[in-house]
Amino acid sequence: MTQGFKVVGRRLPLVDSWKKVTGAAVYGDDVRFPNTLICRLLRSTLPHARILRIDTSAAEAIPGVRAIVTGADASARFGVLPISQDEEALAIEKVRYVGDIVAAVAADDEETARQGVAAIEVVYERLPDYFDIDEGLDPVEEPIHAWTRDGSNCQKRVDQHFGDVDAALDAGKVKPQGHFSFIGVGHAFTEPHSVTAVPEPDGRMTLYTPTQVPHYVHRALAKVLEMPMHRIKVFRTAVGGGFGGKSDPFPHEMAVCLLARKIQRPIRLTFDREEIFLTNRGRHPGIVDVQIPVSEDGKILAMDVNAVIDGGAFGSFGVVTTYYNGIFSQGPYKVPEFRYSGRRVYTNKAPCGAMRGHGAVNARYAIESVLDMAAEELNLDPIEMRLDNVLEPYSKTTNEFRITSNGIVECLERCRDESEWPSKKGNLPFGKGIGVGCGFFISGSALPIHQTRTPQSTVHLQIDVDGGVTAHSMGAEIGQGSDTVIAIAVAEVLGLTMDFIRVRSDDSDTAPLDLGAYSSRGCFMIGNAAREAALVIRKKLSRAAERLSGHPADDFDFEDAKLIALSDPSIVISYFEALTEALADNGALIAKGWYQSPRMGGSFKGAGAGLAPAYSFNASVAEVDVDLETGLVTCPRIWLAHDCGRALNPLAVEGQIEGCIHMGLGQALMEEMRYSKGRISNPHLLDYKILGPFETPEMHVLIVESEDKEGPFGAKESGEGPLLPVLPAIGNALYNAIGYRAYDLPIRPEKVFAHLEKMRKSETGFSKTWETNGR
Amino acid sequence: MPKTLVTLHVNGATYEVAVKPQDTLALALRDGCGLTGTKIGCDMGTCGCCTVLVEGRPVLSCLTLALEAEDWQIETIEGLSGAERLHPVQEAFATCGGSQCGYCTPGFVMTSVALLRDNAAPSRDEIKAAIAGNLCRCTGYAKIVDAVEKAGSDMRSADAGATPPTTGEKDDAGIQGRRQTAAAGR
Repeated sequence: MTQGFKVVGRRLPLVDSWKKVTGAAVYGDDVRFPNTLICRLLRSTLPHARILRIDTSAAEAIPGVRAIVTGADASARFGVLPISQDEEALAIEKVRYVGDIVAAVAADDEETARQGVAAIEVVYERLPDYFDIDEGLDPVEEPIHAWTRDGSNCQKRVDQHFGDVDAALDAGKVKPQGHFSFIGVGHAFTEPHSVTAVPEPDGRMTLYTPTQVPHYVHRALAKVLEMPMHRIKVFRTAVGGGFGGKSDPFPHEMAVCLLARKIQRPIRLTFDREEIFLTNRGRHPGIVDVQIPVSEDGKILAMDVNAVIDGGAFGSFGVVTTYYNGIFSQGPYKVPEFRYSGRRVYTNKAPCGAMRGHGAVNARYAIESVLDMAAEELNLDPIEMRLDNVLEPYSKTTNEFRITSNGIVECLERCRDESEWPSKKGNLPFGKGIGVGCGFFISGSALPIHQTRTPQSTVHLQIDVDGGVTAHSMGAEIGQGSDTVIAIAVAEVLGLTMDFIRVRSDDSDTAPLDLGAYSSRGCFMIGNAAREAALVIRKKLSRAAERLSGHPADDFDFEDAKLIALSDPSIVISYFEALTEALADNGALIAKGWYQSPRMGGSFKGAGAGLAPAYSFNASVAEVDVDLETGLVTCPRIWLAHDCGRALNPLAVEGQIEGCIHMGLGQALMEEMRYSKGRISNPHLLDYKILGPFETPEMHVLIVESEDKEGPFGAKESGEGPLLPVLPAIGNALYNAIGYRAYDLPIRPEKVFAHLEKMRKSETGFSKTWETNGR
Repeated sequence: MPKTLVTLHVNGATYEVAVKPQDTLALALRDGCGLTGTKIGCDMGTCGCCTVLVEGRPVLSCLTLALEAEDWQIETIEGLSGAERLHPVQEAFATCGGSQCGYCTPGFVMTSVALLRDNAAPSRDEIKAAIAGNLCRCTGYAKIVDAVEKAGSDMRSADAGATPPTTGEKDDAGIQGRRQTAAAGR
């Protein structure tokens, strides 16, 4: 293929946006079938209790209640990770958090279903509640799950040590440390979970669900329904936001299928907003301790990281999260010696899971904060000190991550220059500050969850006489633009305009396997699979052009729906001429492309966690304003430079980065899931605050293209990584503004106010005493 | 609970819908009229996904009872485009990247249409004020504000007899330029 892209790099609308702007897109609750019953769920009102008895007889007697299922109807446990199959469709012996599903009722309408739920009698025996991670590491009277070791609630322990961290701690000129705590935050997508189960006349089961992981839902359904996978179809509806919150197979997905099978009618269930918070899978709350010894000239000598995270009642992605809270400390810097201890503890609260920037976000905040402490103690500029420590492109981390393309230097430099950092740092008045943070993230997980040799992503292409290219993939379009990536890759390779390409990525009956929208894998893996498939079609069309023209097949370029001979541009075969020839005595053109990560990584325990075929890199500089009267912190402007390898569609990349800024600022400044005795006390968008248009700063998005050798057209992820530097840039800017180090998030005004009050009464008053040497 | 027939005038058509007293307009539009383009995100007036126009004004249909809506003129996302394939606001949301997951989009589009009917050339702050009751979790709002700005500009050009751009890529520089200017002006 010649250089110089025709489609790649153009600012294109997402291919599914036309349906979305017209209201034509079909989301979970827009799926309508005749004869559908409405489902409501009975949820536990207790955090931890044994179920002694469930009496559904009164509910069953209500006219219009058609079917009820309970834990007795499904015994198999499931979960997204093979190593933590700890979830039940409906609670079997115990309930483990307020919100755990105990029974599901199908009725003629929602009102009747609610009446049915209210009429179910459950007798519980209360068990001790465990809400704090501190008590989870030691043996307890009644572990939340029977299989945790030592009688404790600790689900996962990770201990890694590379080199000699203690010696590095002795050697460091400065060795700042910090103890950071993080409250849980949620995805707060706008579309509630909403599913429809349809028992098909031939005995199959179809589940319509807005999921990020149709394949894992498919596997879990097979297990719970005890049906072979080929008798089940998963149809991914339009997904109204995921961010990791729809990347588990869920109990309610199982429950509606159980109901549908029992009553042989379609069942629809749509959550209310409170149920979304109860289902959670948001970012783990937790504690992160970090110590970083640094030499006199500003070189990072080691990192010592300790994390304890609060998993809530079930495993979800938590084993992976436990690793991610530490091992991602290893970039974007060279860390010669490294030690990590991580613990995940079950508690009687809504289960935590994967959320944008999975596992890496909180630890990143801690590390970048401590690095700033080091820079301050050494009297170094925080950006220059970071630049002195970054990983080289095509290198390795201490824990043997294979680093490929790496634009971290350009990210830092562009943030520094465009923000006019040198003139601002040290020169802003009290109450105004500027700060920096960095990040890096996986561009897809190299090791699949289920260790098979099946490729992680496969794309099928089909072209018939109409000339349109149908691309089949199970890649989950969730608004991030994975369908558009497929269309761009195919259009680019075949020299077609985007309107030739139609992507079908919703139906497990027709789509080849893809593992789903998580770990920022879509662009890299699906993009590569789509490109490979298109190259196969290209070869078929080139051969057809050779038969028509006598000109060698490998000398044709594809552009504007034409095949043009490179060595003799007067030889032009139209796309349709070539296609007609290729179809002759042959039929529709079919092609397949697939992606599987190369083998990589070390051989130590846990070496597979965090491995990726490529990593994205980024940096952010943020300014904050502190209201000295109220302690309210706002961010007026932020710069974020992200190395996405190559922007296949800059409009979409910007959108991802802006979305990451939105979510990162939210966690830094206002978002928190508050609990009171195991109950979420703000399960709605009135009190769970997310940024509105006026809280959104002026965003300066800087795209850095390092052109990854293995990425599709050089591309890497941009959906999650850009969140990482946002929080520390804010935290460091706040310190710069008023000398207050936020050791816990969000940065609530009352905490800042208390600090300001102390300063107001101090001898120095409101002066930047912490800015030494003019910085 | 017995149902009552209510007459809804939606997008120029008349629907007779049987509703319970507690049924919201959002529910009646979706279940009664089959107009599922109007989305329910929270059912308690916090997210703006369910915004429709009543007599030209944006209204949260999840906080409006269906029975109240008798004889009102209601517009939903399905009624916007008319003879054109897309209303300029819809076009701009797609081409400016104002829609990602798209679930909030119908609400934002309806709010924006109402704004532009009142104020053909809103400033970025006026746009933000208009959309402040709608939540978007994907975009960080910047591209939504871009879209409303571009739609306003396209509609003004169309009114002036010029042909507005119909595809997304032509006006990139313009949008970027305007955003810079707006940012600088703050």
